[in-house]
Amino acid sequence: MPDKIVEPPLHTAPAVFTRALLDWRPWLEPLAEEGLTERQMAGLVDAVRAKSPYFRLLARDPDALRARTLTDTDIFYNPEAGLPRGERELAAAATSRFNGCIYCASVHARHSATYSKRADDVQRLLDEGVAADLGERWNAIIAACVALSATPIAFASEHVERLRRAGLDDLAIADVIHAAAFFNWANRLMLSLGEPALPAEA
Amino acid sequence: MPAALTDVMDALAGIRPGSALDAVRTRRPQAREQAEASFRALFEPESFGRVSASERFALAVFVTGLHGDAVSAAFYAERLAAAGPSPEVPAAIDAAIAAATGQGPYGRYPAGPLSREDAPGPSYHAGPEARRTLGARLAAAFDHAHLLVFHPRDAAPARLQALLDAGWSTTDIVTLSQIIAFLSFQIRVAAGLRVLATA
Repeated sequence: MPDKIVEPPLHTAPAVFTRALLDWRPWLEPLAEEGLTERQMAGLVDAVRAKSPYFRLLARDPDALRARTLTDTDIFYNPEAGLPRGERELAAAATSRFNGCIYCASVHARHSATYSKRADDVQRLLDEGVAADLGERWNAIIAACVALSATPIAFASEHVERLRRAGLDDLAIADVIHAAAFFNWANRLMLSLGEPALPAEA
Repeated sequence: MPAALTDVMDALAGIRPGSALDAVRTRRPQAREQAEASFRALFEPESFGRVSASERFALAVFVTGLHGDAVSAAFYAERLAAAGPSPEVPAAIDAAIAAATGQGPYGRYPAGPLSREDAPGPSYHAGPEARRTLGARLAAAFDHAHLLVFHPRDAAPARLQALLDAGWSTTDIVTLSQIIAFLSFQIRVAAGLRVLATA
């Protein structure tokens, strides 16, 4: 039997960028939660991800998923110096806003709001887009993410100089580069393998 | 065979041992190691499954070419050549890049308040000549790669159906999507670090 597209059950798609919790519905069949092999479980890294249809779909290529996930965790969670967590999440949210990934933007806008304690500014990024004026340091980070996310890439020395003037050292700038680059990876998977959905009313 | 490298990202970014950026990358050791593991999982896997080495490298040449990134494009072109493609394939990929090139990201949003941000743009479909030389499977993968590189928010189930119709399985599509999406990361880290090294 040839493989088939999965018709997501009837749901309401979010029509705006939001910090609300969203679901994600796959367009291709994820692996069944029962019967995941040891290698597929290793691909998930964290066993709780066996609940997620997104990760069970990516677990069809388990080695690629495992390496992707471990890359992600070090870029965002490594606490040693560099860019504060809230601003790494800002870079993820800004990149997702620019590429148009409503699901990824929702997750990382929540994280950025939590860690930076600047929920109103994060919300303005979602509402107004990447041109929102959020103060020079955040503007410089967002501008760098936008330039790096454009295709062809428009990131140039003026972006680095602006980040340095805003107080970022080379490790922090490398964190901006990695966070934005990683979300060019994540956005493309989330946008193309399924779609976001508003959770059903409880 | 191209020479084996200890770290592909360092090679693409021009990072030498002992340099300032070598020290910066050392501060995120797992990200460094797992970016390399990602490259290996997608381009030097234990088993290629139903996506051959030459299909993977051909896709990489197309994606790096669409980014206009000469360093990565040369890296993957060398590996495609080593994978032994049909002699007319590299020229067909170059022609496809020339026909598909553009500026992203663009695309449409779900109807509603975001519609004012809609930025419609071209959808690429490999022409008959490219389909003949590359084959229907690889041509369909190129169509999908153009979507993901330039206008991922236009993705829709019908685009995945086109891949299934061309003979790719669900698992193959996960691998193709990972290759295209990973390259979107790798190209940007390398390009970003090259700028940082000289700024």
